Amino acid sequence: MTGAVGTVSRDAEEHPRAVEGRAPDVFSRDGFVPMRQWPEEEPVDFAIVGTGCGGGIAAAKLAQAGFSVVAFDAGPFWRPLADFASDEREQDKLYWLDERISGGNDPISLGSHNSGRCVGGTTVHFQMVALRFRPEWFAARSRLGYGVDWPVDWRVMWKYYAEVERACSISGPVRYPWGPPRGRYPYRAHPVNAAGLVLARGAEALGVPWSPMPVATVSAPRGKSPPCAYRGMCKIGCSTNAKQSILITYIPRALAAGAEIRDLAMVARVETGRDGRVCGLHYHRGGQWRYQRARNVIVAGYAIETPRLLLNSASPQHPQGLANSSGTVGRHLMVHSNHAVWGEFDEEIRFYKGPPLLAVCEHWNYADGDPSRDFDGGYAIMSQGPLPIDYASCLVSNTGVFGTELRRRMALYNRMAGLKIVGETLPQPENRVTLAEETDGFGIPKAHVSFSYCENDKRLFRHSLRFMDRMLRAAGGRNLYESEATAHLMGGCRMGHGPDDSVTDSDGRTWDVPNLFVCDGSLMPTGGGVNSSMTIMANSARIADRLVALGKRGEL
Amino acid sequence: MSDFRTPYPGYDVLAKWASPSWNDQTRQVVRERLLNIPRPRFFNEAEWSVLTALCDRIIPQPERAEPVPIAPFIDAALFEGRGTGTRFAEMPPDGAAWRQGLAALDAEAALRFGGRFAGLTAERQDAIIAAAVAGDVTAPAWEGLPPRRFMRGLVLLEIVAIYYAHPAAQSEIGFGGSTSPRGYVRLDAGRFDPWEAGPGIWPDREP
Ligand SMILES: Cc1cc2nc3c(=O)[nH]c(=O)nc-3n(C[C@H](O)[C@H](O)[C@H](O)COP(=O)(O)OP(=O)(O)OC[C@H]3O[C@@H](n4cnc5c(N)ncnc54)[C@H](O)[C@@H]3O)c2cc1C
Ligand code: SF4
Repeated sequence: MTGAVGTVSRDAEEHPRAVEGRAPDVFSRDGFVPMRQWPEEEPVDFAIVGTGCGGGIAAAKLAQAGFSVVAFDAGPFWRPLADFASDEREQDKLYWLDERISGGNDPISLGSHNSGRCVGGTTVHFQMVALRFRPEWFAARSRLGYGVDWPVDWRVMWKYYAEVERACSISGPVRYPWGPPRGRYPYRAHPVNAAGLVLARGAEALGVPWSPMPVATVSAPRGKSPPCAYRGMCKIGCSTNAKQSILITYIPRALAAGAEIRDLAMVARVETGRDGRVCGLHYHRGGQWRYQRARNVIVAGYAIETPRLLLNSASPQHPQGLANSSGTVGRHLMVHSNHAVWGEFDEEIRFYKGPPLLAVCEHWNYADGDPSRDFDGGYAIMSQGPLPIDYASCLVSNTGVFGTELRRRMALYNRMAGLKIVGETLPQPENRVTLAEETDGFGIPKAHVSFSYCENDKRLFRHSLRFMDRMLRAAGGRNLYESEATAHLMGGCRMGHGPDDSVTDSDGRTWDVPNLFVCDGSLMPTGGGVNSSMTIMANSARIADRLVALGKRGEL
Repeated sequence: MSDFRTPYPGYDVLAKWASPSWNDQTRQVVRERLLNIPRPRFFNEAEWSVLTALCDRIIPQPERAEPVPIAPFIDAALFEGRGTGTRFAEMPPDGAAWRQGLAALDAEAALRFGGRFAGLTAERQDAIIAAAVAGDVTAPAWEGLPPRRFMRGLVLLEIVAIYYAHPAAQSEIGFGGSTSPRGYVRLDAGRFDPWEAGPGIWPDREP
């Protein structure tokens, strides 16, 4: 595993903070809140691996229901007010920087592009876009003829979207132009910055609707969160706590309800008893290997680490890896394609101001009948606002420009605007996570990730590039160039209707092992054309309620 | 070859150092970066000479008496095993890739121009870099290291990540710099807060 990355608060990367009956108070610079601790020798009701969208929500809701809960995260427990700098390179410390091997025809970039490692998970550095799936996507196969159906009805998901939107105080428009009506967002929409208004101009010129983006940062004070200061550093961690990450929403609730969080605790193996049920997990913390006994285990490490952990937990009872009798674990990994078009504008846009993505056009998620539509699935178009290093990385990796010309093109930073998609890719069995032969610093086999676009994915992003090209020109952009990237991992342990082609049932319960659950982005059977976090959160909140209900009936 | 001109002469993100735009932790990070230039511990002398010549061509800084240091931070990141989260399957691990790539640039220089990379003229160095970026190199030393991936997926990324982390580089592009706790108020095009850079000078926009 990589060593400490940051200059500030290195101790948080080196020594666990949630110890001795207290955990960091995320709303303070150096304070603590009380934390209940659970012994390792006594089985806890739930041991949860990961504290992001999936694990954080499960920990809070299960603890609130009275279960004993210990949640483990491989990363540090930050206090944003004291630990986060306004500095892109420093804040690399939020990402999962351990080496993963990336192959396939279209190998994806990992690290800062898609996975975090800290208490609160990837939401600590996510860009706060808070969108809902289109209802039909939950039945993509039967309603739209591609991918697979989710084992969940959209109306149930709709209810849970509302729950997590409330819990994260989403700021959004009064009327959202697409999909069935939704209730009012808890907070009013943010003003649309200049970069967002470029999208608005383009959309209006082409005759398609656009909307201010619903985002997970407050537009008015909320509890200990001040309103967003439009400082634009959301992707490297919000140092004011305006951003409603899992770290400052569900984690404090989990602690208050009696859950224990163990930071800098890397789980290496889930242990199986002779009866084939799981009975605890092995983890590394404070320089030594430890073992926690548990009645139930929930794996919530996201789309790469969840399959990796299950595969690495093979035992005589589960020789192919835990919950993998069907060979499905690690398969159907999806990303969103992030194809983009950039252009220069006459006026200074200065897209470093405000949350990076403040306007959206979901037209192509809904326009089923359009004759130009030559792909299945959908894509949303968003305005952009990368910080300098992020923008420079996109520029050089896509164009290969260097030298004085590179400096000159970077000097146009303040006049650039861009549009990018969150583009659906189809679930394919060969896009998958496997274990490499090489091991990491803990002796755990590294993840090998294989990804290739299929023809439909390519048709989709080509369509989007043509459309965004027109849109950006119509908005006044010149000297356009295109870039490609990917974001948002999904799938890898999908839930489904039966044990042959999925890993879990609709409760996240693995088909093979009745007391082993998955609750995170890896469950997603399809990816949809919007950012993933709200769907992962809603699904996790739903699963947590199901577990509580099952517990009450003695069916756990 | 024309030199680089910033649209924002006289603008300096550090001028806000003592203002509410900078918090203590950002000051700590940037102070460390400016004052504590790491000494090379990862690369050997031959590699180091290719690396510094390469950085000079990727980000030429002829106008600066003291150029923004880049190579020392590449060295430090590799020495400390900082990691990037990704190793493309077709590539060796980062450290080995850098070592092989620098040697391959040297080999390419010998093959094309009969000299060491560091000793070539800027034009010839640029020709080799452009060829590598395009995947159009032939020295056997590239065996097992796809040049395009090496240049675009590792070298250029690391160099811009270090350069644009520096206040001088952020000032030259008119970036607002540190924003904590104070952010921005004016979000419209062409409107700037007093603590931002004023409007840039744009030769292509002169009437
Ligand atoms: C730069 C970026 C921007 C994004 N922006 C948006 C956005 O604007 N809107 C949106 O909807 N989505 C966005 N996303 C995606 C979203 O953040 C993720 O989809 C979501 O957080 C995934 O939730 P999760 O619970 O599955 O995993 P995570 O939130 O990643 O949580 C997993 C946690 O598990 C821990 N873990 C993993 N393995 C182990 C182990 N073995 N032992 C202990 N701990 C372990 C990790 O450290 C991590 O903290 C963005 C992602 C990135 C990278
Ligand atoms: S723009 Fe708002 S949410 Fe983003 S980092 Fe700044 S204060 Fe936080």
